[in-house]
Amino acid sequence: MTGVKLRKAKNVLMTLLMLAATAAILFPLVIIFAHIVKMGFSSISLDFFLHIPKPTGETGGGMANGMLGSLVLIGMASAIGLPIGIFGAIYLSEYGGGRISKVIRFAADVLNGIPSIITGMVAYTLIVVPMKGFSAFAGAVALALIMTPIVLRTAEEQLKLVPNSLREASLALGVPLWRTTFKVTLRSAMTGVMTGVLLAVARIAGETAPLLFTALGNMFWSKKLTEPIAAMPLQIFNFAISPYEDWHRLAWAGALVLVTLMFTISLATRYFSRQKY
Amino acid sequence: MPASSESGRNMKNDNCAIEAGAGSIVETGSSLQKMKKMLNGDFIFKGITVFFAFSIILILLLMLFEMTSQSLPSIRKFGWDFIYSSQWDAVTEEFGALPFIFGSVVSSILALLLATPLSVGAAIFLTEITPRKIGGIISSLVELLAAIPSVIYGLWGVLVMAPWLQRTVQPFLIEHFGSLPFFQGAPYGVSMLAAVLILMIMVIPIITSITKEILMAVPQSQREAAIALGATRWEMIRMAVLPYGRSGILGSVILGLGRAIGETMAVTMVIGNTPQISLSLLNPAYTMPSVIANEFAETTSDMHASALMEIGLILLAVTLIINIIARFLVWSVTRGESRGGMIQ
Amino acid sequence: MGTKIKLEDMNVYFGNNRAVKDVSIDFHENMVTAIIGPSGCGKSTVLRAMNRMHDMIPSARVTGKIIFDNGDIYDRNVDPVAIRRRIGMVFQKPNPFPAMSIYDNVIAGYKLVGRLKRQDADETVEESLKRVALWDEVKDRLKKSAMELSGGQQQRLCIARTIAVKPEVILMDEPCSALDPIATAKIEELVNELKEQYTVAIVTHNMQQAARVSDYTAFLYLGELIEFDKTGKIFTNPEKKHTEDYITGRFG
Repeated sequence: MTGVKLRKAKNVLMTLLMLAATAAILFPLVIIFAHIVKMGFSSISLDFFLHIPKPTGETGGGMANGMLGSLVLIGMASAIGLPIGIFGAIYLSEYGGGRISKVIRFAADVLNGIPSIITGMVAYTLIVVPMKGFSAFAGAVALALIMTPIVLRTAEEQLKLVPNSLREASLALGVPLWRTTFKVTLRSAMTGVMTGVLLAVARIAGETAPLLFTALGNMFWSKKLTEPIAAMPLQIFNFAISPYEDWHRLAWAGALVLVTLMFTISLATRYFSRQKY
Repeated sequence: MPASSESGRNMKNDNCAIEAGAGSIVETGSSLQKMKKMLNGDFIFKGITVFFAFSIILILLLMLFEMTSQSLPSIRKFGWDFIYSSQWDAVTEEFGALPFIFGSVVSSILALLLATPLSVGAAIFLTEITPRKIGGIISSLVELLAAIPSVIYGLWGVLVMAPWLQRTVQPFLIEHFGSLPFFQGAPYGVSMLAAVLILMIMVIPIITSITKEILMAVPQSQREAAIALGATRWEMIRMAVLPYGRSGILGSVILGLGRAIGETMAVTMVIGNTPQISLSLLNPAYTMPSVIANEFAETTSDMHASALMEIGLILLAVTLIINIIARFLVWSVTRGESRGGMIQ
Repeated sequence: MGTKIKLEDMNVYFGNNRAVKDVSIDFHENMVTAIIGPSGCGKSTVLRAMNRMHDMIPSARVTGKIIFDNGDIYDRNVDPVAIRRRIGMVFQKPNPFPAMSIYDNVIAGYKLVGRLKRQDADETVEESLKRVALWDEVKDRLKKSAMELSGGQQQRLCIARTIAVKPEVILMDEPCSALDPIATAKIEELVNELKEQYTVAIVTHNMQQAARVSDYTAFLYLGELIEFDKTGKIFTNPEKKHTEDYITGRFG
């Protein structure tokens, strides 16, 4: 009987170890989140959302230019990435099959695995050098390079989920394929596709590396899209590594805003995808 | 399912009937024209989608091409020595990538060694031990960790973790383990140790969530076979679940490795950015993405830029190979059968 | 012939759904008892209650008693892990461990408890494989993966794995439904031999199989035991009209 007792004891021990492992991996989440809230909350004020950073050493100021800059960059990146991603996904799901589709999917997966700093380097070579300067446009291209394969793969998956009977019903009515795709297939997959897009947006909203030598960052408001532009993650980076307490506080506040945004999007997409099924 | 040209042909007849009124094929002329218009619409549409789909391949090729061609000057000048040399001097234009390769490889592997037992243990706990609902909630929390941007990990790392290491952990390590070469030196805070820890935290959610998927792909019949033989739950996991999923779990670890090597911001902010090769975890170090992040915007010469490009190329090649291997391993398990999960 | 294991007013609930209703069956020692009935009538549920497999399902609840070795296996003090050693199970779809060799699959039950001496392991493997008439077919490739065997061979391997730990009762849940006729015939032959040493309970949706293979038959319908008797009687002269209707194929 001691044999069985030993085995049961081992079972309990391993269960406790697994529990400890789970607690261990949740621990950083709690700590990091706690710090962000604690350090960031006090710096959040209307000023934060309305003003640009003050020069070094002065209190106050905010990250308004970074927030606007991020919006601009995301908007431009989406303008490039969404059409390629969605139309590409339509090709793969509606016309695809065969070797070419496999190659396209493979290419998208490869792009998905590339470290984001490399997209920055490529955008630098392709845009910054010919334009002889850093710009919001270059930053948007770098971000689009990250966004496109994500949108492509998630949109394709969502389109594939639409049952064939819907397409066939529409085609049988004499509706041409292109209209069918937009009005029936895409509409049916819209929630899922939007979820994918939101997740891609959340991803690029937090990306810093590709912007380091494309958008470059800007202490002031940008006037033109061909100029360097501020972005929240860039500002957080620069403030965090600076020696100034005030800028550190701004960085924490920016982190709080960014993280809140991420979590909200994450929860929202989870909620919406559950609703569908 | 793609619309084949056959159904296109069938559609023509339907269009005829609908456009021209029920039951009669009147005014063939204008109907034919309307058919042509619709066909053109489809043709254009397909053309657009093909164009955009193919552009993905073009984008990838373009990226590879740019990275390679920009690196060529450096490749031509330094050859294989680039990988073995530790010299990184922008003034004399002598560049060698060894410290960065060392930093990337060591920080990533150590982070993986620490992260894997924790991640796999947690994944087992969440799939096999907790009831589905609780497991789901905790998994969601773990996924939230994955959504935190790298720069925010870096922020916490440089302003909270590194000072803490400097104040508490590193003096402790120096005092008690200072005789070992791994813990020699002064407490800097920003160091290889800090990079390892932050990478570990960042890589855990990936390994955990993929391992969870792997475990859930193990068929329930396997678990039942072990239970029917009189296994305890841990014995069942060890005998039926883990061996079945082991290549997939390995795949998830390798995927985590790929992520760790490519990680830029968080590492740059806590590793100290000093190109040196040292056994001590307490010393600052430098990784491939970090040196690019720090120096690329302000290169002092074309050769400098090319050398950084070459480092980028090495980084790209390494992550590509790692990702391909990892995906293959994961795919080989998850393409299987019915999902399984927790037992009492 | 004594009773080896006995169900007494057993009910099985899944949540609020009462899947098995007040079932009482005597499984006689060294006999084969078949459980027949239309699909979904609770046959497998009854079988799985007998080695406490339902413990795996959170919403499952078993009431009543299952008497084995002078005790109720659902008693608080009884350890399900120990019970499953003595009451083994063979499943519908063969489930050998793919990560193990044929050799290791046979002694998988022993691997749980610790290490077998090499000689003991060799003997156990040979003996078990011989009993299931698989030894000659695999003796030259014992170290190869179990997945290289055919479906019928895999199922016999699973039976070998089950008997290697020397149980007293063997539960078989439609063991032939995933196999071709030739493999099925081999397994049926095996079941006939197994009863010399073990008590066998077999669930099957194939009436002819039940008639060929079993000594006693229990007919279950919608979770209730309609009739239980010697196989010969059930198939030639059943008491209940319901049984007769099922046997003659009027439904199910």
